Amino acid sequence: MSQSLKPYLTAVRHSLNSALCLQDFSSQLVERHNYPEIENKRTPEILLNPLYISRNESERVLIEPSINSIRVSLKIKQSDEIEEILVDKFTRFLTKRAENFLILRRVPIEGYDISFLLTNYHQEVMMKQKLVDFIIEFMEDVDKEISEMKLFLNARARFVAEAYLNVFD
Amino acid sequence: MSIPFNLSKTPIYDHCFSTDRRNVAISQDNDVQIFNLSNPQKPQLITTLKHHDKPITALDISNDGKIVTCSQDRNALVWTPQADGSYKETLVLLRINRAATCVKWCPNGTKFAVGSSARVISVCYFEQENDWWISKHIKKPIKSTILSLDWHENNVLLTAGSTDGHLRVFSTFVKGIDSKPESTIWGERLPFSTLCLDVNLNSWIEDVKFSPDFQFVAGVGHDSSVFIVYPGSGELEISKLDKVKTSNLPFTSLIFANNSKIVCAGYDCHPIVFEGDAVNGWKQTYSIDDPTKKTANVVENQSALNMFRQMDLKGSSQPKSNNLLTIHQNTITSLRPFQYDSTGLIRFSSSGNDGKVVIFDV
Repeated sequence: MSQSLKPYLTAVRHSLNSALCLQDFSSQLVERHNYPEIENKRTPEILLNPLYISRNESERVLIEPSINSIRVSLKIKQSDEIEEILVDKFTRFLTKRAENFLILRRVPIEGYDISFLLTNYHQEVMMKQKLVDFIIEFMEDVDKEISEMKLFLNARARFVAEAYLNVFD
Repeated sequence: MSIPFNLSKTPIYDHCFSTDRRNVAISQDNDVQIFNLSNPQKPQLITTLKHHDKPITALDISNDGKIVTCSQDRNALVWTPQADGSYKETLVLLRINRAATCVKWCPNGTKFAVGSSARVISVCYFEQENDWWISKHIKKPIKSTILSLDWHENNVLLTAGSTDGHLRVFSTFVKGIDSKPESTIWGERLPFSTLCLDVNLNSWIEDVKFSPDFQFVAGVGHDSSVFIVYPGSGELEISKLDKVKTSNLPFTSLIFANNSKIVCAGYDCHPIVFEGDAVNGWKQTYSIDDPTKKTANVVENQSALNMFRQMDLKGSSQPKSNNLLTIHQNTITSLRPFQYDSTGLIRFSSSGNDGKVVIFDV
């Protein structure tokens, strides 16, 4: 793990740990409804201040807490066009299978690549420390995954180029 | 010593022991289950009360055994025990159009109060001629959902904490039900819905309680603090406000052990004790079921087979325990007094999102 990644992940871990203090809360506005308040944002007194943790200009996390749900949005590092394409494909692959991941949001928040939505029901049936571990591990692995894919892509491109250009020797 | 009971696989939002301490009622999703705990090894399910069609948010048992439940389906029910051990339900006319969030019997069992997301407190009492429970509303100046309620011993004063960050004390004097209360530190003339105390604490008040001598109130906020509010002599005047900040996760519930001792519990999954008084102020003193004093049992020299099995199943050879070191494995949702002696509370019970009810020593 690089020097600056560790404090970044520690900060995210602690913030998530304190933001994940959720309780069952049914709507004040709509009769017999119980929805994640952070998605609706029409009851201001039960929303907490959003938190923004940034490692550098291209990598950041936004944590938006409320009384019964929190939203965690990640911006994954994209330094060139290839990485942009890879991140887009990778997040598309995941969000298309969002229901299998339970806490994954189908559409990311604007300006971010991938979002998680955790509600009080997730906190009741899953262990909180494991939920936090999952998000931290995801953040740790996604960079590795993208750079591995990029290397693989470059190696393949080189191989293909060599194979075709050989003909004209 | 603490006695844990695994009663449910789903979260327990609230629990309450009967006055003889033998039975416990727990909220379990849309139902209430009543268990007999006289044999600690084997909790025995006595009955299930089914009627609500949304999760039950709170329940309470009066001294004469009547159970009141309230739910997110906007209703409250009073369950009266029958001679054959069953319960007969009576619907309460709450006249609210949002979820009911908390409920408490007054000490003599003639009234109860229901807090709701409709920004009102319904004070309910029995009307003999129509044979049902009817309610009067306290509306002003509540701005948001009521999260917690507690009664004064005179059956008239009621304290409430809400998500607008206010801790309030109201009068609930109902003509014909209550006898005229003696004047207390909270006020002299107390017609219905008189505001006796109002303090803005700037965080959601998860729980409030009157002190055992009824001279002050304490509350826990979502900013991990404990608030102790002493009323002044004038109208709506506060003589002292103690705010104890902690580095713990927020608390969801508190109870008084005696006039100088508060037990709080919440998202840290273990109870924490605060001690103090009006003169010296309050501070955190010790934890019950303290995880820092326990060590995780790590299995050493494991077999090769076990190691490869771990790697196959979990992707790591470390058999890391998933469990917390505390007894409760998830947030503690409510604390209730269990047993008193001459010095005050000696044992209390807690229920959690992990489906456990635990009896702790103070």
